Amino acid sequence: MTTNSKPIAPAGPAKSTARPTGDGGQPTGDGRRAGRDRRHSAATQKSEVRLLSGLGHIALLVWAILVIAPLLWTFLASFKSNTEIFLGSPFAIPDSFSFASYGRAWSEANVGRYFLNSVFVVTLGTAGTMLFGSMAAYVLSRYRFFGNRAIYYLFVSGLAFPVFLALVPLFLIVNNLGLLNTYTGLILVYIAYSLPFTVFFLAAFFKTLPNSVAEAAMIDGASHTRLFFRIMMPMAKPALVSITIFNIIGQWNQYLLPVALMQGQGADQKWVLTQGIASISTAAGYEADWAALFAALTMSILPMIVVYAFFQRQIQNGLTAGAVK
Amino acid sequence: MRYGRYPFIVGFLAAPVAIYVTFVIAPYAQAFYLAMTNWRGVSANPKFIGLQNFERLLQDDIFWKAVRHHGLLLLAVPLITIAIALFFAFMLNVGGGGRRGEMTGVWGSRFYRVVFFFPQVLAVVIVGVIFSRVYAPDDSGLLNGALTAVGLEPVLFMADPDIALWSIVAVLIWQAVGFYVVLFSAGMSSVPKEIYEAATIDGANRTNMFFRVTLPLLWDTLQVAWVYLGIAAFDAFAIVQVLSVDQGGPDGATTVLGMEIYRNAFSYSQFGYASAMGVALFFLTITFAALTLRVSKRETIEL
Repeated sequence: MTTNSKPIAPAGPAKSTARPTGDGGQPTGDGRRAGRDRRHSAATQKSEVRLLSGLGHIALLVWAILVIAPLLWTFLASFKSNTEIFLGSPFAIPDSFSFASYGRAWSEANVGRYFLNSVFVVTLGTAGTMLFGSMAAYVLSRYRFFGNRAIYYLFVSGLAFPVFLALVPLFLIVNNLGLLNTYTGLILVYIAYSLPFTVFFLAAFFKTLPNSVAEAAMIDGASHTRLFFRIMMPMAKPALVSITIFNIIGQWNQYLLPVALMQGQGADQKWVLTQGIASISTAAGYEADWAALFAALTMSILPMIVVYAFFQRQIQNGLTAGAVK
Repeated sequence: MRYGRYPFIVGFLAAPVAIYVTFVIAPYAQAFYLAMTNWRGVSANPKFIGLQNFERLLQDDIFWKAVRHHGLLLLAVPLITIAIALFFAFMLNVGGGGRRGEMTGVWGSRFYRVVFFFPQVLAVVIVGVIFSRVYAPDDSGLLNGALTAVGLEPVLFMADPDIALWSIVAVLIWQAVGFYVVLFSAGMSSVPKEIYEAATIDGANRTNMFFRVTLPLLWDTLQVAWVYLGIAAFDAFAIVQVLSVDQGGPDGATTVLGMEIYRNAFSYSQFGYASAMGVALFFLTITFAALTLRVSKRETIEL
């Protein structure tokens, strides 16, 4: 296909006598000719589309396989025995679908405990983030007072700093507060580090809510607090849902903070899932219960895939919302 | 609206600000001070030693190794990820050709968009652990199992210093592409349909359409993507920790600053030195973001 780099311009009457150019004739003509030319260009375009979408299709398919293969392999291997994992071909269907490795992973390797720890920490962490985040965002976006901008920028500045910079002092602060190896400490830290984006995102959203409803409620005698919980929160629901999912995924997948804050003696009882699995993976080198490791991986992947399947649209919107802004 | 206004404002801000200042602002502020001390966690008071940590940093081979790795990650990961994601996003949104001037994606677009995004919802650590098995040096690994099945020699993905870092790059790209496909799709869907229609009528083919219509109109999104991927390249800690042999090995071949900060702080208790590395990382990140925004600055195309 030769390229035709004509500037984009509407076909005007001045061009009504233009002849088709050599490379296939582009319709710029008047009504009578346009029909024939369009059919012609539609035909060349069709073959071009076919070739390109053929190549593109292969690329898309290959990538889809690249994405699915490791996950499917993990899933299949979780049912295999150690011998099968080592001697069978990687994509062979297991001899029998045994859930034994799941039992071992859940109880012996403590994956059940880690899983529940994660659920507990993330539930409270996300709830706290949403409550505090929306409170701060609401006040900062809808009330004028001295220091408003300063506080807002204080929150937003948190987006610019790498967590690694804070890691060492954070460890010391949490230690001094006596919160090292405690759920309270981890939850508070999760909330703190989720606040910048949550405030930034929700402040922008609260700003767009109409004033008239708020004023009507005030005239009816609603207090500020009541106005927030009864009127503003329900109105902000779409934004709240997006950012809640965003925070759940972020906190569920968090690794650096728990690894830094839940360490030392006896801490392994309070580990979250990511931490637990990372440690099983390193330990597996010696114990070599690969099936249990694959079962543990499957248990951590499946819930995310299920949640994702249900909230696919919101998740994609939520995760890209910050970037498109 | 005035009654009880200040108590309300204070009441609503107190808790979030307190938590935030304690756990985010205070550590950041302290990090800069700690970087100038020799604190090792044992002595009660850190001793102020000025810029000595930074002098030591400049002579530290492993530090420079980590910086070089960031350089490679900074170029390879964004370039390849953006190229692949752009191509896929184009296929999924415009690749199906025009139906009465309206551009559609290729067949199965919805399916691909959902599947490509999968890795994004998985924790980086979990992805790392999965790939530590995929890359396993013997037949039990997915890749080596497949290689030996067709009669090839197994590859030591993580143990060979020449390819270990590239194996990590591949995982980072594997995980990132889906997100940027969705991001670019969002950008492409905001391009008015008439522009494509006009371009079709003027005989633009797909390649032309991509380079002359889509790419310029997507410039802002691309810039954001580059900054995001660049910042992510400064933070490859989780994947390096679970995937590399010996935490950043073999022999430092895959180490990154995050890994060194973590190691110096929590394995060697060199809190001061680790903080100095944190400060260095901070300035590298800021410089990168500022440079990117500066270099890629250009006139926005008005729609």
